[in-house]
Amino acid sequence: MHPYLSAALGGILIGLASWLLLAGLGRIAGISGITCSALRESGWHAYWRWAFLLGLILGGALFAQWLPVPTQPARAPLLIVAAGLLVGFGSVRGSGCTSGHGVCGLGRRSLRSLVAVLTFMASAFVTVFLTGGLQ
Amino acid sequence: MKPENFVIPTLPQRAPATRLIGGLLLALAAGLLFALGLVLSGMAQPAKVIGFLNLAGLAQGEFPGAWDPSLAFVMGGAVMVTLLAFRITPANPRQPQHRPWFSSRFEWPQQERIDAALLQGAVIFGVGWGLAGYCPGPALATLLVGGRDVWLFVPAMLAGMWLARHTTR
Repeated sequence: MHPYLSAALGGILIGLASWLLLAGLGRIAGISGITCSALRESGWHAYWRWAFLLGLILGGALFAQWLPVPTQPARAPLLIVAAGLLVGFGSVRGSGCTSGHGVCGLGRRSLRSLVAVLTFMASAFVTVFLTGGLQ
Repeated sequence: MKPENFVIPTLPQRAPATRLIGGLLLALAAGLLFALGLVLSGMAQPAKVIGFLNLAGLAQGEFPGAWDPSLAFVMGGAVMVTLLAFRITPANPRQPQHRPWFSSRFEWPQQERIDAALLQGAVIFGVGWGLAGYCPGPALATLLVGGRDVWLFVPAMLAGMWLARHTTR
């Protein structure tokens, strides 16, 4: 399959998954928000989030058997830890990530989410430009 | 007293067990479908993400050069669907008959203010995303298959979330 086609199909599936969560539970499929709240909330508010995360984690492992994710050499541990801290901190401070602000926020035509998406895209473009894309 | 007055208020009024199990299965299915989308689209490959973020690659050689535009198709495909979803599904949240299948109401952030926290958070998130090529979804979806990078990234991401919760606002 052409990479652009599989990218578009994968995107459509991500959109459909978000639709499923919206239609079934009336919730936004924002991964950072779901992860953060799963750890903080209790009862039903934690249960459905853990069920979603379980699907995401097991699904990733399952589908990677069928559509192998190319392995890449491990990168500098310090770089990865710094990146993780920044992504976690930024997604909570900015109230969302690529899924919450991107997929869902743009879908519900939120100006706040559009501003967030344009900001983190610009920031990521500049970061890759300055570091030359650390692979 | 009518029988419904005895229903525990935190549980949905009709067939709570069905709603609980149905809701959990639906959340699980949504997670699986989301993971399939991430794996199929290439979002689960940090090298592909960085290839997309590498705008300078546009200038290298013939179009599109070393720039990998695939991820624009991921976001395009996903947003195409959610634009439709948010137009159709919560037809009128104020009308009680328009409810989610397994929940009593539609819930999402009502905040529309563009404040400093939003911009700071987005800038910080973008730096981290550009450094490693992982955002939260792909990192979690490859937790069991992504190797050492993901095992370092995910705990660091959770620590970052904890820090943001406890140091600000």
